[in-house]
Amino acid sequence: MSDNIVSMRDVVKTYRRGKQTVEVLHHLSLDIAQGEFVALMGPSGSGKTTLLNLIGGLDRPTSGEVTVAGSRLDRMGSGALARWRADHVGFVFQFYNLMPMLNAERNVELPLLLTHLGKARRRQNVAAALQLVGIADRAKHKPAELSGGQAQRVAIARAIVADPALLVCDEPTGDLDRKAAGEVLTLLQQLNREHGKTVVLVTHDPRAAEYAQRQLHLDKGQLVEQAAAAA
Amino acid sequence: MFNQLRAVTAMSLGTLGQRLGASSVIVIGIAGVVAVLVSVLALGVGFRHTLANTGSPDRVIVLRGGSDAELSSNLTRADVDNISDAPGLKHGADGKPVLSPELVTVVNLPKKDTGTDANVTLRGVGLKLLEVRPGIRIVDGRMFRPAVREVIAGAGAARQFRNLTLGSKLHLRNADWTVVGRFTSGGDIHESELLADVDTVASAEQRNGYSSAVALLDSPGDFRKFKDWLTTNPQLKVDVQRETDYYAAQSKQLSKLIDIVGNGVAIIMAIGAMFGALNSMYSAVAARSLEIATLRAIGFSALPVLASVMIEALALSLLGGVLGAALAWLFFNGNSVSTLGAAFAQVVFRLDVSPRLIAAGIVWACTIGALGGLFPALRAVRRPVAEALRTA
Ligand SMILES: Nc1ncnc2c1ncn2[C@@H]1O[C@H](COP(=O)(O)OP(=O)(O)OP(=O)(O)O)[C@@H](O)[C@H]1O
Ligand SMILES: [Mg+2]
Repeated sequence: MSDNIVSMRDVVKTYRRGKQTVEVLHHLSLDIAQGEFVALMGPSGSGKTTLLNLIGGLDRPTSGEVTVAGSRLDRMGSGALARWRADHVGFVFQFYNLMPMLNAERNVELPLLLTHLGKARRRQNVAAALQLVGIADRAKHKPAELSGGQAQRVAIARAIVADPALLVCDEPTGDLDRKAAGEVLTLLQQLNREHGKTVVLVTHDPRAAEYAQRQLHLDKGQLVEQAAAAA
Repeated sequence: MFNQLRAVTAMSLGTLGQRLGASSVIVIGIAGVVAVLVSVLALGVGFRHTLANTGSPDRVIVLRGGSDAELSSNLTRADVDNISDAPGLKHGADGKPVLSPELVTVVNLPKKDTGTDANVTLRGVGLKLLEVRPGIRIVDGRMFRPAVREVIAGAGAARQFRNLTLGSKLHLRNADWTVVGRFTSGGDIHESELLADVDTVASAEQRNGYSSAVALLDSPGDFRKFKDWLTTNPQLKVDVQRETDYYAAQSKQLSKLIDIVGNGVAIIMAIGAMFGALNSMYSAVAARSLEIATLRAIGFSALPVLASVMIEALALSLLGGVLGAALAWLFFNGNSVSTLGAAFAQVVFRLDVSPRLIAAGIVWACTIGALGGLFPALRAVRRPVAEALRTA
């Protein structure tokens, strides 16, 4: 299945808590097709972030295979994973994780510092990304001067500026009001539909999950698929 | 890589302002260490400097064989007569050798600043004092007279001790002595001493002999001849040294001690400052752990993150080092102090904050900073990204 961007087989993830080991993911398998928009739901503590971290190459499984964008992440060292993330994934976090002392523009530029692009090209790409998320007029503002919705859009611009194939979003609307959340979700949907990004969205909110093409439920370390929403 | 480093470093230094408290702990701690280190070592440099100023290559000092200092040496009058016959000695207009039999003893005087007693050298000198030591100048009052209990005080001693003004009476060895003059001698060790007539000192000390004989040679090249004659003379058992060599040897032990104490104190303070730096850098790193984790999630590698923490620590400690050295220089360069000698009498000398000491202080500062930054930096990059993102 070469058109699967994410392919997980028999994945186990355990954490050690003192002397105890806690198995959070039990022999889990998952495929996500290139260009899909998948919502991942489940009770608190069910392992959503854990699973998302494995997909995004932030962590490695205890056992099992994780193949994302053609690379076997379970076999890569942390340095190689960092380079892989720079090339293939954009991250969107619940609390935006912007650098407080950098303005919007500089925050968005960060991933481009890992590329060979010159200064002029970087500025162009940053402007394009800010334009795309509809926040070009706030380019010189620092994060503290932005509303939550604006900050999250800057974070999304940062996630897409280096043109990764995969966007990994952990409760990106968890800290936003209904209106701002709707705008962010519409933006993600647009990035998925018009720009071909594969989006994996963790959310507690069933209404947010409606934006996805497919909903997965994580329960007791296993995935349960839900009926597909209207695409 | 350079882009990454620049971005990360600019970010960490950009937030220094928000972390003024913790940052100034590093700067102040290290400034303290360097100030103390540089001033204590400046003692050593100043001390060596004073002793290096003492002595002239054509002046010789003769001690009893086996004595390494004047205080423990003992020459009889017959010894001194014998020494006066040695070849190579310069002779004065009166046809007699330019030689001063000397008797060195230690007296207690209260210090000006603390009022506590400290040792001062009282040196009995011969009548040819001014020929033997042409550097001596009476700057106030007059020369002591022989056979009377009169002393002249070195300028350094007069600065540090009470009761050394002209006309003061000193009660020494159950008798009153009058201070009749004050002298300089080109900044050498004798400026820390009291000088008086040797025979008067000997009678007060109830001693029947001398500590040393100090004499001028015709020329520095006559030393070999002079020394060989004395050491092969079966009637004498003496050690002969150029005065320069004698004072160099005298200063070696004490300046070594000062260096050891100085470095010891500095090491202890440095350890303290290092923990301060460690602590501040740990909290600096902790405060930025979410930012660091986010950068690493984006794909920044460990090295620029590590380097930026190190650069910050080094920049702060360098600032501290420069500040400390400047403080030492400002407050102590040229200050007079005297040694805390127990058996050794007080030697008054000036602190000398030399460029080499300043460089040494800054090297110390950077070492402290490097060690203080290294462990927090390593912790920042060793922490798994997923975990750091979660707990930050
Ligand atoms: N580093 C860790 N060490 C120990 N236990 C961990 C660690 N990370 C996560 N866990 C545990 O693993 C389980 C799953 O955590 P995870 O964060 O993946 O859940 P989640 O579904 O994202 O929860 P939430 O909805 O609250 O964000 C939890 O019980 C959590 O306590
Ligand atoms: Mg979570």
